[in-house]
Amino acid sequence: MGAWNEFTKGLWKEIPPFRLVLGLCPTLAVTTAAKNGLGMGLATTFVLVCSNVLISLLRNVIPRKVRIAAFIVVIASFVVIVELTMQAYFYPLYKILGLFIPLIVVNCIILGRAEAFASKNRLLPSIADGLGMGLGFTLSLTFLGAVREIIGNGTLFGNPILWDSFEPFSIMVKAPGAFLCLGVILGLMNWVSMRQQKKS
Amino acid sequence: MSDFLLLFVSAAFVNNVVLVRYLGQCPFMGVSNRLDTAIGMSMAVVFVITLASAVTWLVQHWILNVYGLEYLQTIAFILVIATLVQLVEMFLQKSVPALYRALGIFLPLITTNCAVLGVAVLSIQNEYSFVETLVFAFSSSVGYGVALILMTGIRERLATAPVQVNLQGTPAALITACMLALAFLGFAGMVQ
Repeated sequence: MGAWNEFTKGLWKEIPPFRLVLGLCPTLAVTTAAKNGLGMGLATTFVLVCSNVLISLLRNVIPRKVRIAAFIVVIASFVVIVELTMQAYFYPLYKILGLFIPLIVVNCIILGRAEAFASKNRLLPSIADGLGMGLGFTLSLTFLGAVREIIGNGTLFGNPILWDSFEPFSIMVKAPGAFLCLGVILGLMNWVSMRQQKKS
Repeated sequence: MSDFLLLFVSAAFVNNVVLVRYLGQCPFMGVSNRLDTAIGMSMAVVFVITLASAVTWLVQHWILNVYGLEYLQTIAFILVIATLVQLVEMFLQKSVPALYRALGIFLPLITTNCAVLGVAVLSIQNEYSFVETLVFAFSSSVGYGVALILMTGIRERLATAPVQVNLQGTPAALITACMLALAFLGFAGMVQ
């Protein structure tokens, strides 16, 4: 039951990056299309789950004073694994995500979960936490990517879904669109939460 | 000389790190509330990015390339940056206390600023020479500072404005950043 709660909290209550405003750089940078958001989300999920597992297993071995450095080395190792795997098997996606694959290392969500959760909890809850947070992150990125792709390009996962004469707002796939989209989504989520609070 | 000038304009304005390349968003949203902290953070960022890019360039070309260890780039760079920041902090505390008091609290925060690692990796990817790397890193970080200080100026004004309740805080900051990014888009095409 405990592990299930740890899993589901990442999907709505503490969904990154909407509720926990962390890891904004990949969120804004790679969500020009739904597919890119999905790829980035899955890569981050892999690193998050693996580093949570290893850090949870090593939590009594790592000395407190150098724990951040140790966490970073663990995370960086898994990032290199992801980087090399994507280069070998998913080359087009690797080209698109580019710089932001090595930058998974400094994604605050991963270090944040290592510090706040995995270093204090047993293996099973840590896996659940990593999976939940990772899936939440993947969902958010895919959603944001889908919104920007539909408005900015008129397509979803590369398939045209709007009417023929639709004129795409190309600004949405550029930097200003990223900021605007995330800002409006955060505002809408706050609005929904406030209405829920008023009712109860 | 004109090459360096073009590189400066390109890195600082046309391809601004934070508003066009999307690097270093967390501190951009986090410390853009007050002007004095924003100025301190900008100075610390210029200092650390320039130094870190120089050191990581040396690591890449004198160690990783020589021994065929390019695949260790990510691990090596992040460790070098984290260690460097610690060393700089200790050095400043002992030797230049005045500078330490100005930058002190911002230095530990910078390790998590992905602009540092991002600029270091970008200068390797673009195959810059050592001097070009220095110019690129310096101008990128100046661009970061300019964007951060501009953003803070707007947010300080916005703090007293009547913003709708569900947009207060981060959503309003993001929409402000959207306007700034639109303005910076005007530089596009000035330099290749």
